[in-house]
Amino acid sequence: MVKPYPSSKPGFLRQALARTEWLRGYLLLSPTFLILLAAMAAPIVVLIGMSLWTQSGMEFDKTLTTANYENFFSKRLYPLILMRSLKISAVVALTTILLAYPAAYFIAFKVKKHKMLWLTLITLPFWTSYLLRVFSWKLILGYNGVINSGLKFLGVIEQPLEFLLYNVTAVVITLAHAWAAFAILPIYVSLEKIDRSLMDASHDLGEGPVMTFFRVTLPLSMPGVIAATLLVFIPTVGDYVTPKLVGGNTGIMIGNLIQSAFGRGADWPMGAAISVVSMLAVTLAVCVFLAGTRGVRKVLA
Amino acid sequence: MRISGRYARRQEGAGVTVAVDTAASDRMAIDMESGITPSKWQRRKTRFGFLGSYTVIYLGFIYLPVLLIPLFSLNDALYVAFPIRDFTLDWYREMFAHENMLAALKNSVKVGLSAAFISTVLGLLAAKAFTRYRIPGAAGLIGFLSIPLVIPLIILGIALLIVLSRSGIELSLFTITLGHVVYCLPFAMFILMSRLEGFDKSVEEASLDLGENAWMTFWRITFPITLPGIIASLLLTFTISFDEFLLAFFLAGDELTLPIYIWSQLRFPKKLPSVLALGTMILTATFIMVTAAELIRRRGTGISSPGIR
Repeated sequence: MVKPYPSSKPGFLRQALARTEWLRGYLLLSPTFLILLAAMAAPIVVLIGMSLWTQSGMEFDKTLTTANYENFFSKRLYPLILMRSLKISAVVALTTILLAYPAAYFIAFKVKKHKMLWLTLITLPFWTSYLLRVFSWKLILGYNGVINSGLKFLGVIEQPLEFLLYNVTAVVITLAHAWAAFAILPIYVSLEKIDRSLMDASHDLGEGPVMTFFRVTLPLSMPGVIAATLLVFIPTVGDYVTPKLVGGNTGIMIGNLIQSAFGRGADWPMGAAISVVSMLAVTLAVCVFLAGTRGVRKVLA
Repeated sequence: MRISGRYARRQEGAGVTVAVDTAASDRMAIDMESGITPSKWQRRKTRFGFLGSYTVIYLGFIYLPVLLIPLFSLNDALYVAFPIRDFTLDWYREMFAHENMLAALKNSVKVGLSAAFISTVLGLLAAKAFTRYRIPGAAGLIGFLSIPLVIPLIILGIALLIVLSRSGIELSLFTITLGHVVYCLPFAMFILMSRLEGFDKSVEEASLDLGENAWMTFWRITFPITLPGIIASLLLTFTISFDEFLLAFFLAGDELTLPIYIWSQLRFPKKLPSVLALGTMILTATFIMVTAAELIRRRGTGISSPGIR
């Protein structure tokens, strides 16, 4: 099947392929790369392009203008909701990591047998429908929901508690639950990588368990904490389902604004502009965060 | 198997084993062997204690909302509230009477199967390229291919929506599949990369040296060894696509998938119990599939099939 000394064009190609390893690598990679180029990168470029158009009636006015961006920053509502979304996601990332860290620590250091069983058990629910997981928080926190009806049944309260649902706290709780796996796994992996003899050394040198944690374990697990922060923070900024179901009026996030620009409001260029500003804001926040953590680590080191 | 590359030094005479390794499993074996814990640090670890109790409570926090769905799907009353007076299976019967639901289920399976197949094939190609060839700029390319993991899905959804509508492509199950392939790709790629990194390159080289061509080597060596990873990838990407709502919400035409159907039903309190029944079925199916994927993925790495280190 293989021609030993090909002189034709495909033969030449085959020879080149056999000689250069990276060329074969690129060739193998190309279908995947091209699909993502066409179905992810190009659409985002088009999105940026469209944000410079304007909507006039049912048509697009294709003259390039920054009108949508001026509109974004001249109204108080848009920046307000964008800032709120960033704040909510930051709090969510922090809460999720604070809740997940001890559990990841337990599995990494205290569990000896069946580590994988614990990990699978703790991450299993996150493969199930996001929609249903968020919705069940609405059932739990609702006016006639599980908590209120349960407390009423037990005689603890007379009237249902109204502050449970439709506010920022409900959004934070729901998201901290929905994204837990994205915090546990990276933190667990970074804890598992830590060389145990370093902790022994710290102990032998007379540090207590608390100081050992803060001076050895925590700094060494920072890569996992940083990865977890990004994996929770970035996607939750654009979440649409959670604020819609449990956020009420005070819990509206930027994703809801984007959706409404593409739904009933039907101002696609404006929606594109909101998306672009959000992406830039998220990128900026991430850069500030990474620079900040780098600074802190330098101070500690 | 795992001990190679890590050291466990035994001090003879004293009969004390000192562990200098990093893997917990190795240390465990040594602990049991000598009956003496290697250090004070490690002795403290044997207690379940505060952290263990916390983790159990945390597990409760994670499972409680998920388990409420099956519980209330059996509730006789229309509203999700305590006390539950009676149990019934009526909601399950009612659920199957909805033709729209059955159509949406069929669509979700179609989209899920296609997205799983395409993203696994593309993920396998990428994983093989990254693990088998030294590619200039590999780190950057891996970064590019994992963007779908960190980009807010709503932005990916509207960006695709804009391009599709500008190029006059009508929204359909096909466009949902396209969105899901993009989203599933990094998952497939990382599962398969971890699988391919684990096996010995020299087996493939031996096959090539013995005169098999690249295609036969793939079918007779690479494919069987990668198979558990491929199955795990298929199961997980199917699950992701089957449950994905936001992309489908923007990219759906007239034909709906199951999450969109559920979303449309959530507005009607009367439909709620049968949605919960449907949710229970989905939860059960997902649990089974993910557990199967995990078992296959792990069993594959545990067995010393040829070429696996």
